[in-house]
Amino acid sequence: MHIVVCIKQVPSSIAVKTDPATQALTCTGSDYLINPFDENALEAALVLKDSDKAKVTVLTIGAAQAADVLREALGRGADAAQFISDAAFDGSDAWATGKILAAAIQKLGDVNLVICGKQTFDGDTAQVGPSLAEFLGWPCVAFVRKIALEAGALKVERMYEEGFEKIALPLPAVLTVGKEINTPRMASLKGRMAAKKAQLAPITAAALGLAPETVGAQGARTRLAKMAPVPRKSGGIKVDGSDAAVAAKTVVDKLREMKLV
Amino acid sequence: MGVQYGFSEQQTEIRNTMREFAKERVIPARAELDEKEEFPHALLQELGKMDMMGLYIPSELSGFGGGSFDFCIAIEELSRICIGVSVSYAANALGSYPILLFGTDAQLKKYMPPIAKGEKYCAFGLTEANAGSDAGGIQTTAVLKGDKYILNGTKQWITNGGEADTYTIIAMTDKNKGARGASAFIVEKGFKGFSFGKKEKKLGIRCSATRELVFQDCEVPKENILAREGMGFIVAMKTLDTSRPGIAAQGVGLAQGALDEAVTYARTRVQFDKPIIANQAIQHMLANMATKTEAARALTYAAARTIDAEEKDVSKISAMCKLFATDVAMEVTTDAVQILGGYGYMREYPVEKMMRDAKILQIYEGTNQIQRNVIGAALIKEYASMK
Ligand SMILES: Cc1cc2nc3c(=O)[nH]c(=O)nc-3n(C[C@H](O)[C@H](O)[C@H](O)COP(=O)(O)OP(=O)(O)OC[C@H]3O[C@@H](n4cnc5c(N)ncnc54)[C@H](O)[C@@H]3O)c2cc1C
Repeated sequence: MHIVVCIKQVPSSIAVKTDPATQALTCTGSDYLINPFDENALEAALVLKDSDKAKVTVLTIGAAQAADVLREALGRGADAAQFISDAAFDGSDAWATGKILAAAIQKLGDVNLVICGKQTFDGDTAQVGPSLAEFLGWPCVAFVRKIALEAGALKVERMYEEGFEKIALPLPAVLTVGKEINTPRMASLKGRMAAKKAQLAPITAAALGLAPETVGAQGARTRLAKMAPVPRKSGGIKVDGSDAAVAAKTVVDKLREMKLV
Repeated sequence: MGVQYGFSEQQTEIRNTMREFAKERVIPARAELDEKEEFPHALLQELGKMDMMGLYIPSELSGFGGGSFDFCIAIEELSRICIGVSVSYAANALGSYPILLFGTDAQLKKYMPPIAKGEKYCAFGLTEANAGSDAGGIQTTAVLKGDKYILNGTKQWITNGGEADTYTIIAMTDKNKGARGASAFIVEKGFKGFSFGKKEKKLGIRCSATRELVFQDCEVPKENILAREGMGFIVAMKTLDTSRPGIAAQGVGLAQGALDEAVTYARTRVQFDKPIIANQAIQHMLANMATKTEAARALTYAAARTIDAEEKDVSKISAMCKLFATDVAMEVTTDAVQILGGYGYMREYPVEKMMRDAKILQIYEGTNQIQRNVIGAALIKEYASMK
């Protein structure tokens, strides 16, 4: 059993700012972490490794610093890591990203299961998992909250707002998971020490047999035209607090008016 | 900004691992564990999976193979967030040191690997109702009958009591010989005649389990004696010499944690139209707290390095760091409450717990008066031997 987990480095939520002119996210010089749902994906794979002796490989696409998330994953117990990095990949949309990941998974050859986080913290499309499944031609179930491996096939539970579905599917397959599925473990000391020494040479577009114009901004099928902030809710009613007695009476009157007291 | 203590790459990794664990797992849990007086079993289990429970245990025995300095770094980081959790963690080492220092190959192989993996906990039992500082007054007896020692007596206030599976116990094999009549034993939970008292209600470290160990004709296999008959107090004293820097590290971590809270609060609390940290009186308090904490850290690390260098007699430096760092912890946590004012006194803020937790550090593993006695005795010996 060979499980691939796709993980992405995302800015930590506190550090993100938006450019007032373009409304695009600017994340330079801030803290990064593993996309939270990808941590759940990794944990789901590691749980299968603990019970079914699977091999776990983590993949990421990103610039030099993205290798950090691979080291973190190795520290937690992943067996191998693939650092996919090439300037040609810049500007990839969900479609192009799925294509690159699918190429890397195909190149590994013996993969039975791919687990992704259901969506990322920054891009938020929830499309990469299904997109790479499409490129691989494998079945995909998104928003999974439970995975069981039985006689070489999968039984999973897929979440809905009000309830869940039980789905059986064959391998190979692609799953995407949310935070409901587990609590991610922390890296062990020995794992961290070993991960520090791991060699993570970048795997380029050429190495994956991808023509530069079919990936990255050039290969993207979608373009981000505009971003806009969500309009803030109107600020409620402000009561002048300079005189406490008057303020209290005003508040009580309002509450009475709204029939809340 | 940071002080350079010459950490190895491994030590930096140990610090970061425990720091992240303390932040992610212990901060959200500490107030509730304290309130419910609940043993931090889940946290210790996770530390086991992270190689932390076996940090100080040799790798041949399934541990990580770290030394005293490594272990102190880990204890310090955990203590910065919660002393209740950190004592539950570190007391495993206190219980294990008698075996690590004096155990036979067979004893080491039988008892250490499960402790190293966090599958079993360990505890050390010396204190009794009438024998605290004066450990020579212990009344628990061990009498050899055939191939078993029969233990009778009660140990009091044993950290990890009831939770641990493995206990190292000091008992008298020959009362007529005084201090030379004590011996150390490995006793397993489940041995016939071994039971536990109720969990004590305490001022601080409330999540840690403190219980009586009751021996009523308890049968301990003969091969479970550590070292030889009569070596009990030597085992106990060497154990405490080795473990005291761990208590010092608790003091350093706790003082740092309280300082963290005090500075953070003083920067944001506004009175008289300015943050309280703008008052020199507050700055000077913080300066004293920070300086003493750093001095305690330096002394603790020096003691740990002395142990790692296999210096023969470490009693004095070990007592010094325990004494100094834990007095600093009491002082700094008290001042932290003062800086937070009434908020500091409330349970919504962590410093009231820190102040409650600090007190035990001046009492257990030898009160700070006893540490001064140890240092005094060492000075007398040292200067008497000078020509
Ligand atoms: C929460 C907790 C956990 C503990 N865990 C353990 C454990 O895991 N294993 C274990 O064996 N023990 C444990 N102990 C016991 C602890 O080590 C003792 O409480 C400690 O050694 C002091 O003994 P005592 O409490 O009997 O005080 P006493 O010895 O009665 O001392 C009372 C006071 O007199 C002072 N005093 C006594 N003799 C002298 C002297 N010669 N000179 C000057 N002052 C003196 C002391 O400093 C103290 O201030 C624990 C205790 C507590 C409270």
